[in-house]
Amino acid sequence: MRLAIVLLAALAAPVLADEPARPVPARNGSAFLSADLRALQTDDFANPMALWVRRGKDYWSRPYQGRSCAGCHGEASASMKGVAARYPKYDAGADEVIDLARRINGCVVGGLGAPKLAAESDDLLGLEAYIAKQSRGLPMSVSIDGPAHATWEKGRDLYFTRIGQLDLACTSCHDASWGKTLLAETISQGQPTGWPAYRFEWQRPGSLQRRLRACFNGVRAAMPPFGSPDLVALELYLAWRAQGLPMEAPGVRR
Amino acid sequence: MALDAAMKRRAFIALAVGGAAAAALPASAQEVQDIRPLVEAITKGAAPEEGGIEISLPPIAENGHSVPFTVKVPSPMSETDHVSAIHVIAERNPRPAVATFHLGPWSGRAELSTRIRLAGTQKVTVVAALSGNRFRIARKEVVVESAACLDEGSLT
Amino acid sequence: MLGRIQVPPEVKRGQPFPVRVIVQHPMETGFRRDYNGKVIPLNIVERLACRYGGREVFRVELGSGIAANPYFVFPVVATASGEIVVEWRDDRGQSGRVSALVKVA
Repeated sequence: MRLAIVLLAALAAPVLADEPARPVPARNGSAFLSADLRALQTDDFANPMALWVRRGKDYWSRPYQGRSCAGCHGEASASMKGVAARYPKYDAGADEVIDLARRINGCVVGGLGAPKLAAESDDLLGLEAYIAKQSRGLPMSVSIDGPAHATWEKGRDLYFTRIGQLDLACTSCHDASWGKTLLAETISQGQPTGWPAYRFEWQRPGSLQRRLRACFNGVRAAMPPFGSPDLVALELYLAWRAQGLPMEAPGVRR
Repeated sequence: MALDAAMKRRAFIALAVGGAAAAALPASAQEVQDIRPLVEAITKGAAPEEGGIEISLPPIAENGHSVPFTVKVPSPMSETDHVSAIHVIAERNPRPAVATFHLGPWSGRAELSTRIRLAGTQKVTVVAALSGNRFRIARKEVVVESAACLDEGSLT
Repeated sequence: MLGRIQVPPEVKRGQPFPVRVIVQHPMETGFRRDYNGKVIPLNIVERLACRYGGREVFRVELGSGIAANPYFVFPVVATASGEIVVEWRDDRGQSGRVSALVKVA
């Protein structure tokens, strides 16, 4: 009898034994917000991110020494549709998985010859928000095959590793305890579909990587730098974990 | 479950650490201030009528950084009988004078919305100035929650 | 300074219509400190006003109790088709302006 159960369990196990279970049902970050913030997120005027989307749109069309984003990519509504939903992504030129911010800066520096946009700067967040908005409602669809797989594995391992003085892993809160309350807040599934987002705690927009750094800080662990391999790998793992969920960027968060 | 116990213990740690952080804020942010001088500066001695102002605030604000706020003062908004100013006062903010709005018959209605900061659970007071040196005053209680997870230094 | 304004696509003469305004500004209270413990100096929008039909139709004097990226909704009675302008200024003399066209039916 016991042997039969073990066998059945083995048969029922996923083909790829290294793919951890994902939250069921999958829920976007906005599902854990108050009605006020949910309404704000979908209000394209009052959502403060709309100001940064405007900023990104201005950057998109503004010529720098005769060249502009629009010069190569045309209308963002067509050329950028679905793009943010596929990041982080393996980049053949860099021969590694890169995040959207690095892809943007590749264009800004290499394509326009303009100065690199700093992490969390208004222009970089503006471009990210403008590009991400073109994927609103589209399903997350990153690739973890081929050269991206090792990065996904690294992200997965980080996700399950306990760190910091509080000795918590991402999974401790966002798989084991989502939906439960911590003080006045409800723990979310940690789905990355709303970023960049306007976070009230920051009183300004920020990237998913800033949010992840805040989690490292929250469990009292050393924060990896912006754009570091650890954050990119974690971002890829989270994006895979959210596969199929509709993008809701640019979001509003507590 | 062991994890539940661990979560509770950590929630307690977060609460304890959060309490310490709150104590480090300027004391003025924590104290309810006497706003009577502010109100008297507006009314210049006239006695305000209680009520006649609808204040909309969430009963529990999940965050003090940006609380949706709407105020409505029923008024004909005519040349002779209208609301000329609406003052918003938050008694527990380090600077209680939040904003002063100026309106007139050209507004048609005395109704405004904005998003305000509230340094903790408190009463928000609204004073409306009406034609003929008349005033109304009203208050609304709002509970302000604090964040569960600490987040300082994520930017630098 | 970046800002946005929104009015309904068409308004009725003699009726109040809502004007929505949002301004990109940190509204620094002067009470916050950076990660190194240094006080972030006070920097707030002090005044925002709206002109329409040749007159000021709305004005707000702001304190640090208005949230970052100030957002306001206020009513104005539709008189004639034309431009509606919102201007603001912060305590360092930085200013901004947004406008929209009001179409009166």
